[in-house]
Amino acid sequence: MLIPFFYMLREGGMKTSITELLTLLEAMKSGLAGQSVDDFYYLARASLVKDEAHLDRFDRIFAAYFKGVEDSLADLVQAVPDEWLRHQAELMLSEEERAQIEALGGFEALMRALQERLDEQDDRHEGGNRWIGTAGTSPFGAYGYNPEGVRMGQEGSRNRSAVKVWDRRDYRNLDDSVELGTRNIKVALRRLRKFAREGAADQLDLDDTIDKTARNAGLLDIRMVPERHNAVKVLLCLDIGGSMDDHVRICEEMFSAARSEFKRLEYFYFHNFIYESLWKDNRRRHAEKTPTLDIMHKYGSDYKLIFVGDATMSPYEIVYAGGSVEHWNEEPGAVWMQRLLNTFPKAIWLNPEPRERWDYTPSTKLVRELMDDRMYPLTLAGLDSAIKTLH
Amino acid sequence: MADQRFTGTSSYIATDDLTMAVNAAVTLQRPILVKGEPGTGKTQLAIEVAQSLGKPLHEWHIKSTTKAQQGLYEYDAVARLRDSQLGDDRVHDISNYIVRGEVWEAFESELQPVLLIDEIDKADIEFPNDLLRELDRMEFFVYETQELVKARHRPIIVITSNNEKELPDAFLRRCFFHYIKFPDLETMAQIVDVHFPGLKRELLREALNAFYKVRDVRGLKKKPSTSELLDWIKLLLAEDIPPEVLRGGDSKKAIPPLYGALLKNEQDVHLFEQLVFLDRRNNPQ
Repeated sequence: MLIPFFYMLREGGMKTSITELLTLLEAMKSGLAGQSVDDFYYLARASLVKDEAHLDRFDRIFAAYFKGVEDSLADLVQAVPDEWLRHQAELMLSEEERAQIEALGGFEALMRALQERLDEQDDRHEGGNRWIGTAGTSPFGAYGYNPEGVRMGQEGSRNRSAVKVWDRRDYRNLDDSVELGTRNIKVALRRLRKFAREGAADQLDLDDTIDKTARNAGLLDIRMVPERHNAVKVLLCLDIGGSMDDHVRICEEMFSAARSEFKRLEYFYFHNFIYESLWKDNRRRHAEKTPTLDIMHKYGSDYKLIFVGDATMSPYEIVYAGGSVEHWNEEPGAVWMQRLLNTFPKAIWLNPEPRERWDYTPSTKLVRELMDDRMYPLTLAGLDSAIKTLH
Repeated sequence: MADQRFTGTSSYIATDDLTMAVNAAVTLQRPILVKGEPGTGKTQLAIEVAQSLGKPLHEWHIKSTTKAQQGLYEYDAVARLRDSQLGDDRVHDISNYIVRGEVWEAFESELQPVLLIDEIDKADIEFPNDLLRELDRMEFFVYETQELVKARHRPIIVITSNNEKELPDAFLRRCFFHYIKFPDLETMAQIVDVHFPGLKRELLREALNAFYKVRDVRGLKKKPSTSELLDWIKLLLAEDIPPEVLRGGDSKKAIPPLYGALLKNEQDVHLFEQLVFLDRRNNPQ
């Protein structure tokens, strides 16, 4: 009886397996969930969901399957942070915009209509003025141009005039847990390994033991050495926001792979280009910044510096003081870049844009010159040659 | 075995979903994987399950250097080599040099035991895969003595993880999973109550309010959790702080006393003090 539910979970993007379904059925057979719906819900959750990131998704599918659709609206609204709903709606809107929303029957109606359409619609849609999808004039969806539009998640930002951006990317750091496709990248990064023995001596050094024992007239003399570790140190700087939205996925994969491959990985975010400060937490980019000078002083020149960015911007942002799009920078980005390169001689730039397009963007050319041509496409082949340069 | 049900103990408050997950694991004799914020009582769970069901507890704490083999057994070749040099008789029996690990001890237990595998994510990425067969079939083979070790009673296995590494799918499929959510105000009051029975209601209410306000401060590196709250209340009681002091109102205006027990990170303390300072300057009383 649970088979349709099982398929619904799988369609919802959860990797529930047959083993897990059988476990659930076995548990139900032994009478664990006999008493109530709540018990069944807890049991199903404990046996089918194995990652807390999927709990919310499971809850919504469970609600849709077992209670009917009307409850999903509440869940859906809960999935969006309260701040967005409250502040965005009340404070951010101008009188004009509010009047426009009234045209659709007010904010509440907008939300309700959204839910109805989510339920009606079950496949991807592009264009048109009713369905949720991309590039339409419906109030719902991404890439739309309706002033009272509700921006849906998953997609990046294009036209930033939507009333609410449900785009979780705006308040979420790069998710380094994306596993799909990271294996290849991990294998490529593995070439950057440099083994060294450091720390407590906890392994038997066979050769040395034999040698020392022989010298000791056959009396055993145990020699120990520390275990070998990957000693390579990496400083990763990721461009985030704006034109990088198109490349979020590949960057997440890269970040995720690097996170698990290098024990000593430090990462910072920047927007478009390097200036006097970088940040570690994208949600708090305006509050908690790390001065670039501190980074240069803190990390030794044995760190390998890897930039990930599309290098697509106005050339002013690189060569002029005050060129930054976000703030007033006293010194041009190029100066900061040069300083970083002086401190960290082993540096590369990985560009997610295809190599063919590099020549059409003046800023990409500029960055390439600054980097002494050490710019590589963010592909496996590009990564390979990049890592050869780093060695 | 199925007639024994875990319902929380006098010193441990278990929510309904947690009870269900534990009972499912006990009944079906599968491992249960517990995740959650640090300090929400993941490790404590195994201890309490053992206590409430009256079963012996075996703890295996995982470190970054732990190998799966160490939980089963280790062959102390070095000791044997040394003994052979000294002409010890023990050297003829290889089983003298097999050192049992926690998993073996649990398998040999007379009663059905509870086995805690603590912080499995600390170990190497392949570690959980190396234990698949052992956890599934509850048996393993000792090559040195050609002996098959089989569990007398399938132990109740509680595994905790702090999410530092992804666990392999094949491993996850064999477990029940529970994520300990941070307790809400009501559950928290119950938790404090079992730890400090007879605490003045007023103090409890004020302490909890102050605590949740500190947790709400944005940008803290490490939010205070249940164990920090319990430590803090212990300190408040020891210092005999009256509830009125805590009622400074807004956490932004007054620093709660003894906040060192709540904030464990100097940057957090600094951030917190800065916020209080800014707020005082902006809204002088």
